[in-house]
Amino acid sequence: MNDSQMRRVYLDHNATTPVHPEVLGAMLPYYKEKFGNASSIHGFGKEIKVALEESREKVAKSINATSNEIYFTGGGTESDNLAIKGTAFANRKKGKHIITSKIEHHAILESCKFLEKEGFEIAYLPVDKSGFVDPDDLKKALRKDTILVSIMYANNEVGTIEPVEELAKIAKDNGVYFHTDAVQAMGKIPADVQKLNVDMLSVSGHKIYGPKGVGAIYIRKGTRIIPWSHGGSHERSRRAGTENVPGIVGLAKALEIVHKEMEEQSKHLRNLTETFYRKLTQAIPDVFLNGHLEKRIPNTLSLSFKAVEGESIILSLDLKGVAVSTGSACASGSLEPSHVLSAMGIAPELAQAAIRFSFGRDNTMEDVDYVVKILPEIVSRLRSMSPLYANK
Amino acid sequence: MDRQKKNRPLAVVAMSGGVDSSLAAFLLKEQGYQVVGISMKLWDFKEVGGDPHPDGRCCSVEALNDARAICEKMGIPHYVIDFKDDFKKTVILNFVEEYEKGRTPNPCIVCNTEIKWRCLWEKAKALGAEFLATGHYARIKYDEKAKKFLLRKGVDPTRDQSYALWGLSQENLSRTIFPLGELTKREVRAKAKEHKLKVAEKMESQEICFVADDDYPRFIKEWLDKQGQGLALSEVEGLVLSEVEGSRACPERSRRARGQGGKIRRGPIFNLKGEKIGEHKGIPFYTIGQRRGLSIALGKPLYVIRIEPDKNAIYVGEDNDLFRSTFTVSHLNWIAFDDLEKERECRIKIRYQHQPQEGRISSLTKNEVMVKFKKSERAITPGQSAVFYQDDVVLGGGIINRVVNDWSAD
Repeated sequence: MNDSQMRRVYLDHNATTPVHPEVLGAMLPYYKEKFGNASSIHGFGKEIKVALEESREKVAKSINATSNEIYFTGGGTESDNLAIKGTAFANRKKGKHIITSKIEHHAILESCKFLEKEGFEIAYLPVDKSGFVDPDDLKKALRKDTILVSIMYANNEVGTIEPVEELAKIAKDNGVYFHTDAVQAMGKIPADVQKLNVDMLSVSGHKIYGPKGVGAIYIRKGTRIIPWSHGGSHERSRRAGTENVPGIVGLAKALEIVHKEMEEQSKHLRNLTETFYRKLTQAIPDVFLNGHLEKRIPNTLSLSFKAVEGESIILSLDLKGVAVSTGSACASGSLEPSHVLSAMGIAPELAQAAIRFSFGRDNTMEDVDYVVKILPEIVSRLRSMSPLYANK
Repeated sequence: MDRQKKNRPLAVVAMSGGVDSSLAAFLLKEQGYQVVGISMKLWDFKEVGGDPHPDGRCCSVEALNDARAICEKMGIPHYVIDFKDDFKKTVILNFVEEYEKGRTPNPCIVCNTEIKWRCLWEKAKALGAEFLATGHYARIKYDEKAKKFLLRKGVDPTRDQSYALWGLSQENLSRTIFPLGELTKREVRAKAKEHKLKVAEKMESQEICFVADDDYPRFIKEWLDKQGQGLALSEVEGLVLSEVEGSRACPERSRRARGQGGKIRRGPIFNLKGEKIGEHKGIPFYTIGQRRGLSIALGKPLYVIRIEPDKNAIYVGEDNDLFRSTFTVSHLNWIAFDDLEKERECRIKIRYQHQPQEGRISSLTKNEVMVKFKKSERAITPGQSAVFYQDDVVLGGGIINRVVNDWSAD
């Protein structure tokens, strides 16, 4: 067998996903004949404007919003930046206090750090051992001058689904804006902005089989927010810059597909991950789940392999054609223990031993069996080298 | 070779992005090994600055990108592994401590034993590797009679790097491949070109990688300044801030953390008659044989002859005062045999750019030998490595410990 014949299994869908063929098909005309600028008044522009607004409509529909509450951005990170900084600066006369959690994506945490330097005060809510934010903690953290609460819908590293509906209600009852980073939740669990009662919600294209470099943010009508990039009056002056129309068309198509197939995919992914978890824990002793087996997005499993360095597992699996990661793709390469696992109170040696398996629509039971076949050998090799592991 | 993949042994190649390690990886793949390239992240110039060439040096983003691109082209996996903490705890700590003791360390040798053949080898084994390969110009041969893996010079006399490898154990050598040992640099360049291994024409790295500007005083000063703020050595030693700042609570430990020389202090410069003729800026800034920076005008060029950290003193003299023939070597590692049982003749190399010279070695204790050159040598420097050769075979090596004041005996 040579390298090109090696089985390749991609289990890193929380890092990024392949573009769905239908998505690509929908995008291609906008790289070719439909190249116009949506702001132009001539025919070339007009057909693009139509496509842009149709896409906006599709995105709105998938989260039960109206289309004039959808703004396209350059990705999930940009959506988060706009939500945090845009709301903070628009409401700073009311107050300078913002509440978030310790397990947010860096797009949120680093935006908050920036705001701290600008004189804002940020409260970082703790999480329990499964990664849940306690609504009581939010109640206690709220102050008169709190202007924004931002809690993610589902965590990217461990998959834990936060009680956003309950948290948003608390914020709303106190007249405070609520934002949720739904980048990892989209397409995996229902995201109805009316039911969730959120004011802002971030979406990314490439996590849902859409293209990279495009995202969207839902901003409830009446929300006070200032733009974060200035220029033309694109996106109703909240996000200047010529629209990435092929990307936007792709994002809308991707959302449409994942929305339509959510139930079926959810079953498929839950079946794969549960089988994987069961078989793997039978084959390998001392494997610990980080997160919650039930209240998680169905594709994500974070497992710690006692006394083994996560990095060595990743590289060994890569040599066998299997792609997984430690925490978030953005943080890999650094040996710092994951901020998410630390916040969950996972001991550093188990946090270093964590692997995130994030499945996707194209994964099969054969993929599960392949990894279950090769991983025990890798883990036992690494444990045989580890002074930390006493063989029973 | 067309062996089945499962029978192909896995070899990890330490990749710098340069021509030597790239060709080493290429040759191994050609020989039928399953090859994985690993680049080590060892140092961050943000630590104490001094990166005048942020272009294509080991550890730089460009070098890592080059290594990755070459591996991609060869169709072999490539990973970047972060060993920065280990590097600080071993190589940097030793580097600074040795200078503080008035000695002149050779960090590349510490890096080989502590980082490449310890940390990297551990990582390689974790990936299932049976061998570690590097682009060093040296050779390894198993000797049936001695039942030892012997380390030999590379065939290119101008490139031989066996001197820097004296610290390798038998276990290391049994698991190491030097694919370039039988080649000359010229041949390596030609082969790389022939196989279209696009390696940018980079300048050869001569300086120590983490002091790219070659300014050791700056490095040591900035590092120790940072340590004074409880940032640098306190981290690597796991000491709390107050201890490093020299609180009375634990003076022993804090002094040890700074090395036996303690703080950098100005001190006297003596001539060999013991007369004070000037002041030095602190002993870490001087090395044996150094002429620059003495700020003394006596009509004749003066050189650092001896450094005495206990007295915080430096002794200077004329060029011919630098010649010595007898010294001791400690931190021994024997390769060709288990122990030096009786006195023997061999050739001894006392610095990287030095032709091995004839002399005799004899054991003082189990961990220290006495070396006597036939003819005296200039600037035998404590802290540098002494490597013992029999023809092209490395018998073993160690660190120069004390130089005997025998210049008059010659």
